[in-house]
Amino acid sequence: MTSNRLFNILVPLISVFIGLLAGAIIMLIYGYNPISGYAALWKGAFGDLYFFGETMRQVTPYILTGLAVAFAFRAGLFNIGAEGQVIAGWLAAVWIGTSIEAPMYIHLPLAMLVAALAGAAIAFIPGLLKAKLGVHEVIVTIMFNYIALYSANSIIRNVLTEQADKTEKIAATASLSSEWLATFTSFSRMHYGILIALFAAFIMWFIIDKTTIGYEIRSVGFNKHASQYAGMNVSKNIILAMVISGAFAGLAGSMEGLGTFGNMSIQAGFTNLGFDGIAVALLGANTAIGVILAAILFGVLKVGALNMPTEAGVPSELVDVIIAFIIFFVASSYMIRWIILRFKKGDN
Amino acid sequence: MEYVIEMLNIRKEFPGVVANDNITLQVKKGEIHALLGENGAGKSTLMNVLFGLYQPEKGEIRIKGEKVDITNPNIANDLGIGMVHQHFMLVEPFTVAQNIILGSEPTKYGKINLRKAEKEVQELSDKYGLRVDPRAKIRDISVGMQQRVEILKMLYRGADVLILDEPTAVLTPQEINELFEIIQSLVDEGKSIILITHKLKEIMKACDRCTVIRKGVGIGTVNVEETTVDELASLMVGRSISFKTEKDEATPGKVVLKVDDLHVNDSRNVPIVKGLDLEVRENEIVGIAGIDGNGQTELIEAIAGLKKTESGSILLGDTPITNLKPREITEKGLAHIPQDRQKFGLILDFPVSENTVLQTYYQHPYSKKKMLQYENINEYAKRIVEEYDVRTPSIHTKTSALSGGNQQKVIIGREVDRSPDLLIAAQPTRGLDVGAIEFIHRKLVEERDKGRAVLLLSFELDEILNVSDRIVVIFDGKIVADVRPEETNEQELGLLMAGSERKKVGGTE
Amino acid sequence: MVDLLQSIIPPALFFSAPLIFTALGGVFSERSGVVNIGLEGLMVMGAFVGIVFNLTFADVLGSWTPWISIIVAMLVSGVFAIIHAVATVTLRADHVVSGIAINFLALGLGVFLTKEWYQKGQTDMVSRPFYTTNIPFLSDIPIIGPIFFKGIYLTSYLAIILAVVAWYVLYKTPFGLRLRAVGEHPMAADTNGINVYRMRYIAVIISGLMGGLGGSVFALTIALNFSQSTIVGQGFMSLAAVIFGKWHPLGAMGAALFFGFAQSLSVISSGIPLLANVPQVFLLIAPYVLTILALAGFIGRAEAPRALGDPYIKGTR
Repeated sequence: MTSNRLFNILVPLISVFIGLLAGAIIMLIYGYNPISGYAALWKGAFGDLYFFGETMRQVTPYILTGLAVAFAFRAGLFNIGAEGQVIAGWLAAVWIGTSIEAPMYIHLPLAMLVAALAGAAIAFIPGLLKAKLGVHEVIVTIMFNYIALYSANSIIRNVLTEQADKTEKIAATASLSSEWLATFTSFSRMHYGILIALFAAFIMWFIIDKTTIGYEIRSVGFNKHASQYAGMNVSKNIILAMVISGAFAGLAGSMEGLGTFGNMSIQAGFTNLGFDGIAVALLGANTAIGVILAAILFGVLKVGALNMPTEAGVPSELVDVIIAFIIFFVASSYMIRWIILRFKKGDN
Repeated sequence: MEYVIEMLNIRKEFPGVVANDNITLQVKKGEIHALLGENGAGKSTLMNVLFGLYQPEKGEIRIKGEKVDITNPNIANDLGIGMVHQHFMLVEPFTVAQNIILGSEPTKYGKINLRKAEKEVQELSDKYGLRVDPRAKIRDISVGMQQRVEILKMLYRGADVLILDEPTAVLTPQEINELFEIIQSLVDEGKSIILITHKLKEIMKACDRCTVIRKGVGIGTVNVEETTVDELASLMVGRSISFKTEKDEATPGKVVLKVDDLHVNDSRNVPIVKGLDLEVRENEIVGIAGIDGNGQTELIEAIAGLKKTESGSILLGDTPITNLKPREITEKGLAHIPQDRQKFGLILDFPVSENTVLQTYYQHPYSKKKMLQYENINEYAKRIVEEYDVRTPSIHTKTSALSGGNQQKVIIGREVDRSPDLLIAAQPTRGLDVGAIEFIHRKLVEERDKGRAVLLLSFELDEILNVSDRIVVIFDGKIVADVRPEETNEQELGLLMAGSERKKVGGTE
Repeated sequence: MVDLLQSIIPPALFFSAPLIFTALGGVFSERSGVVNIGLEGLMVMGAFVGIVFNLTFADVLGSWTPWISIIVAMLVSGVFAIIHAVATVTLRADHVVSGIAINFLALGLGVFLTKEWYQKGQTDMVSRPFYTTNIPFLSDIPIIGPIFFKGIYLTSYLAIILAVVAWYVLYKTPFGLRLRAVGEHPMAADTNGINVYRMRYIAVIISGLMGGLGGSVFALTIALNFSQSTIVGQGFMSLAAVIFGKWHPLGAMGAALFFGFAQSLSVISSGIPLLANVPQVFLLIAPYVLTILALAGFIGRAEAPRALGDPYIKGTR
C-alpha cells in the first residue's frame, strides 16, 4: 500500500531529475556550463517580479490543459485533442469578447462559459464516436486538432475580420487582465486566470473524489464491463468525461484570449498548450494536486528557458528536449519501479 | 522402460509463491500420460517449464535420457516437444496453412511457397485423419477444428511429445470423442501425449498413467488401470471430499422468475437462445446444466439486462423486466454473481470498500445529493468483510491484491446482502479452492432457506447435482429437460446436455 | 481536360510522396503492434538531417547531394526511432505517450541544434534540392506523357515503387507473415519461435527509416530549409493515411495520394473553375474529416491489428 503511494511520488521526481540531468549533459556536450544554464533558467522564472508574473501566466493554461487530459484519463480516455479544444475555446472567448456589449459581471463569465462550451463541443464528437461506435479516441482527437486549427484560421480571416491576420482586441468588460497584478509584477501579462485555474483544479478534485459522478467515471475508466454490470451508463460517462475534459481545455483557450493576448491571431501551427497538457497530466499522475505542481514545473521550465539564450547562450529549445525526456521516463515508469525494487532488494 | 521425458524434482518460484515444489514427471514413449491437479495446483507452470517459457530454480529435465536446458520454446520445439495451449495460439485473420508454417515457412527465392505449404498440411491432416482445410481462415472455422490446427502445427514441426492443456474444456461431447480418437492415432504412430486436466473421467477413459500435483507439490504417479475415480479425487484434493452439501428438502413457494418463449442473439447477432421457458420459485435452487455455448450465458445476461432480447418475456415476481436497464432490474430485486468475476464483478483497481457499494453507491446512506458518504461506505464495507470472512489487510486495500476466493466473497457478500428476491450465481466457484467452494455452497443454501429463489449456472456437473433442488438442462438455446438431482446422474445429464432425448421417465415433466 | 489533369496530377504526386513514404513506415510499425504517433517527429528528424547534410556536403558531393542526403536522413531517423522501440517494447511505456515524447524530442533537438550551428531559428536554403525531370520517351506519349511523366520528381516514382515493395514484403515473404502475426497475436508468434521483441524493434526502425525518408524528401522538394515550422502535421496526416488505407501498404499509398491531391487542390483550386468557389478550408480539413468518417465505419470499416498498442510480456497470458 504505502510502497505504491511512494512509487507514485518517486516516479515523477526521478523522471524530472533524469530529465534535468539529460539537459545538463547536453549543455556540457555543447560547451555550456550547466550550472549557469540552469541558473539563468531559474532567474528567468523567478528572478524578479516580472519573470514571476510571466511564469504564473504560463502556469495558468497549463493547469487547465493538464486537468483536461487528466480528467479524461481517469475515465480511461486519452484526450490528445486538448490542443484543438484550446483553439476552439480561445476563438469562442474572443468572439464573445469582441462582438457583444455587456457589463463585466455578465460579459466575462459569459465569454468563459462559451469558451468552455466550445471546447466541450469539440470533445463531444470523439466521445460520442468512442461511446457509440467504439472508435479509438486518440486518432479522432488528433484529426480534430487539425480540423479546429484550420477552421479557426478560416473563421478569423473570413468571419471575425475581413481577411485580417488577427482579431480586434476584446472589450475591457470581458478581460481577465488586472492592472493591479500587472503593476505588482512589473507589467507582466499575469492575469486573474490563475485563480480560475486553481478553482478548476478544486472542481476536478471534488468531482472525482467526492461525488457519485466521479465514482462512475473512475469505475468506467478502470473497467467498462463491470460498470455496465453495476448499472452505470457507460456511454453517458464516456461522453460526459470527454465533454468535461473539453470544457477544461476550452477554458484554457479563454485564458489566452481573455487574459494573455486579448485577441486571437491566425495560427501557423499549434499552441502546444494541449500537447504540453499531456505531459503535465502524466507527471501529475492525473490528480488535481499533481497537475498543479506539474504545471508549475513546466511553466517554470518554459518561461525560464526564454532567459537562457541571453544569459547563458543556451538555445531555449533545450527545455523541449528536457520535457521530452521527462515524458519518456514517466511513461517508462516500469523501468524506474524496477530500479527502485532492485535497490530495495539490495538493502535487505 | 525408457522415458522420453523426465522432469526430476522440479522447483519453480515466483515472487512470494512456490508454484512447483519437488515435482517429478516421467513420461514413457507411446503413452497417454495425465497430469492431474486442481485449478492453480501448478500444472500449467510445470508444463511451461518443460516448454521453455519458465526456467526452474531446481531440478533437471532429461529428454530420452539426456540432460537438457530448455531456455526458450524454440529449444523445446527442436527437442520435439509441442504444446497445445488452452487458449489457442492462432492468428485469426490468417489461413490454416499460414498459421501452421508461421516461423518455419517454406520459401522459393525468398517468397513464401504457400502452395507447397498447403500440400504438406493437407498430407499431414490426411495421415492423422484430422480433416482440416488448409485454405480456410481461422476465424471461419469451429473451435474443434481450431484445436486440430494446433495439433497439426505441432506435428508439422516434428513434435514427438504433445502437451495438451485442458483440451476438452471448450469442446462438445462429440468433439471430445473425436479428439480422443485423434490422440489414439497419434499414440499409434509412436507419439507420446501429456494431457493436462482436472476431469477424472477423461483420465479413466483415455489415459495410461497419471501424475498428480496438489498445491504445487508432486503427490505421485499411478497406473490408471489400478486406480479409481475416488482415489484420484482424494489424491487431487488431499482428503476424501464429501460430494454432498448438507441441506434440507426444499419447499418451493410462489414463482419469482418466469421466462417465457425467450429469444436472444449472441454477439455476432446469431440466434442462440431460441424460445426458452424457465421458472424459478422462492425457496428453491435451480441448477442450469449444459455445455458452454448453448445459450446459458446469454440467458443470464438477458435476465440481468446486459443483453437485449429479441422476443419473449421475463417476469421478476409480477413485474415485467424484459429489456429494462441493468440498474432498474437490480432495483427490482435481482442479485447477480457474474460468471467472470474479474471482468464483470469487480473494479479491481478500486479498494475493497468501494467495491462493496458497486450497485448502491448512489443510494442512501452511501451518498447524499450526489455526494459520496465515505463514513457510511466504510462502515458497510467493514461489516461485509467481517460477515463474509473476506481475508484482506484492510477495507482500503486494492481489490486486485486479494486472492480469487476472497474477491468472490466480496461479490457474494455485496449481492446477498441486498436481500434480493432472485439470486443468480454463474459459475460461482470457478477456480477456487475447496474451502472457498464449500463456503459458497453453504451460502447459496442459506439464501434458499431464507426464501429466496436461486438460479445456479455451472459447468461442473458435481456442483449442479450437489447444490440444486431442481436441474434444468439447456441445449441449443432451449430447456430440454427438467429433473430432480436424486433421480438422475452424471451419465444421464451428459447425454441430455449433448441433445439426446430423455428415455427414462421420472422428472417433473 | 488534359491541361486540367496536367495541372493537378504532378502537384498531387509532389505533395503525396513524403506522405507515402512516412505512411509506409507507419504501416510496418502498426502492423507489428506498435502505435506510432511519433511519425511526425521522425519526419522532423529526417527533414533536419536531410537539410543539414545537404548544406554541409553540397560542395563535395555535387549532384549526388540530395540522394545521399535522404539516405543519411533515413539512417539517422532509423536510429532515432530506436528510442520509441526501447520505450514501447522493452520498457512497456504507453505507445501514444512515447510517440508524443518522440515528437517533442525531435523538434526540440532539431531546433536546438539549428540554433547551435546556424545561430538562428532556421537554416539557409539548400543549394542542391531535388528538381523535376521529364522522363525520356515516356513523356512524349500523348495525353499520358504530359500528365504522368513530365515535370515530375523522381522521388514520387520512388514512393510508388516502395509501396509495392512494402506490399510484397508484408504479404509474400516470411518476414511479413511473422511481422503481421506479431501484431495480431504476439503470444502465438512467440510459441512458434518468433522473437516478438526483435520483430517489433525491426518494424519500428523501418518506420524510422521511412519517416526519415519522408521528412527529408519533403524538406528537399517542398520546404528547402529547416525551421520550427518545416514539418507541421505531415506526420499526423501520414498516420491518417495509414488508418484511411486500412493498415495496408497499397491502401496507405492510395490514401496518401488522395490527401496529397486534396492538399494540392487547396493550393491551386483558384485556377480550377469547378473548385474556385469552394472555400479553401474544406480542402484543408478534408483528409482529417475523411479519416474520422472511415474510422466511424461510414466509409468501410477500418480494423486495426488486434494487438495494436499492447505491450507483450513474455510468460503471461
